Amino acid sequence: MAIKKLSDIPYSEITKKAEYLDRRAFLAAAGIAGAGLVASNFLPEMLSPKSAFANTKLNFTKSDLSTHGEDLTPEKDVTTYNNFYEFGTDKDDPYKNATKFRTSPWTVSIEGLCDKPQKLGVDGIVKLDSNGLEERVYRMRCVEGWSMVIPWIGIPLSAVIKAAQPQSKAKYVAFQTIYDPKQMEGQQRQILDWPYVEGLRMDEAMNPLSILAVGMYGESLPNQDGAPIRLVVPWKYGFKGIKSIVKIKFVEKEPPTTWNRMAPEEYGFYSNVNPNVDHPRWSQATERRIGEFRRRKTLMFNGYGDFVASMYSGMDLKKYY
Amino acid sequence: MTQRTIVALKVIVWFACLGPVFYLVFKFLTHDLSANPIELITDTTGTTTLILLLVTLAITPVRKFTGLNWLIRFRRLIGLFAFFYIVLHFSTYLGLDIQFDWHQVSIDLTKRPFIIVGFVAFLMMIPLAATSTAWAIRKMGGKKWNLLHKLIYVIAALGVIHFWWKVKADHSQPAMYGSILALLLLARVGLWVRSKMKRPPSRKPEPALVGD
Repeated sequence: MAIKKLSDIPYSEITKKAEYLDRRAFLAAAGIAGAGLVASNFLPEMLSPKSAFANTKLNFTKSDLSTHGEDLTPEKDVTTYNNFYEFGTDKDDPYKNATKFRTSPWTVSIEGLCDKPQKLGVDGIVKLDSNGLEERVYRMRCVEGWSMVIPWIGIPLSAVIKAAQPQSKAKYVAFQTIYDPKQMEGQQRQILDWPYVEGLRMDEAMNPLSILAVGMYGESLPNQDGAPIRLVVPWKYGFKGIKSIVKIKFVEKEPPTTWNRMAPEEYGFYSNVNPNVDHPRWSQATERRIGEFRRRKTLMFNGYGDFVASMYSGMDLKKYY
Repeated sequence: MTQRTIVALKVIVWFACLGPVFYLVFKFLTHDLSANPIELITDTTGTTTLILLLVTLAITPVRKFTGLNWLIRFRRLIGLFAFFYIVLHFSTYLGLDIQFDWHQVSIDLTKRPFIIVGFVAFLMMIPLAATSTAWAIRKMGGKKWNLLHKLIYVIAALGVIHFWWKVKADHSQPAMYGSILALLLLARVGLWVRSKMKRPPSRKPEPALVGD
């Protein structure tokens, strides 16, 4: 990776790096090594980012698969109104509680039924796609009945899957969020069965709409939105888009998913956006687009039927919700 | 407790009870009603209703355990504020959330248990609010009035259930309100047992209005 000049580094990043250098460790190191050595060894590390994906502007191309004709949801709303129970269950908890979440260094383990299992950093994963980062504007429909339009930046999930060379037995892809109750205060209570797990059928994972996002609105992902790397599957309810991924595993059988384990009659494995199948406790026929006053009709597969409906032909979607 | 102190305290209680409204108006004026203002208004008015119901229910046990009898003079005021907030809560749902979509109302009131339970609680509060005047108490007679106003227990319980069924995963808040309600009901049992033990059986019952 190119070493950045001091002037290239945004101020925000410097403070961010400095924050997680434990002060006591710093002082202890200073005591042992002496101030001069500390300055020469630690300062460059503090100032030059280990990863290109911490609060930084990203280089990307615009994807043809972006959704057109929709106004983007204001970034402020996308960063202050989140369901990320690892950081608390109120909508603004993730915004408040994820500020010090450490996303670098970060390792994602790609494993299971594949010929090329590997452990990669976020940069390494992005490099698996030779086309580089691309921006995908997608609708995001939450199971609670609200929606947003978000310009994600990422790579197709299929690129990662191809690089791992899954075996023919691999029928599903399972994902796992980091488990770190020290950093994620929501994990200190058994609200959900931690760590958060999700899964896709192999054809869903290979669908061109499925992406691993590392950024949005031109920059790396804010912590509260699933930094440093998350899944985005726009035809499914938002909770399928697992955040802060540390494991991607190829498996033979349908993997467990967190919300399904929590309430199987309310949240199915597929959880495709479907206005005709209500949540047992509320209607899914309409949604409130954040920033709008009137509810709008929810679209089948969140409006992405042309890309995904064929994967479910012949399936009873009332049964496989 | 002088009349002036009571009046001063009532002013304070008025302002405290209107606090959530001030809060929402302030948030509205500063464009800070969150990304989902209707949800915030619904949640704030709903939670406030539940809190005020519990405060209303706490007045009698606190009064009897502490002997602060003047507390009773705040019960109607706070109870009426609970009604005020449930009206706001229901209006937010009807007017802002589903925007008078009567078809949706008919579905919600037949298929959604948490909405049914909340709506029943709302309906039950109407006769209570309507009979809150001294005139209504005289007209009904203390005994009947007391009996009718026992509905407040049912209403509070329905409120907790409504909240519990609405929540997706984190039940800590409804559980907290449920525990407080259980505690208040337990206190009543304690008071009842105490009064049975103390009171000679021949004694006439207390005047209806003072007890409940």
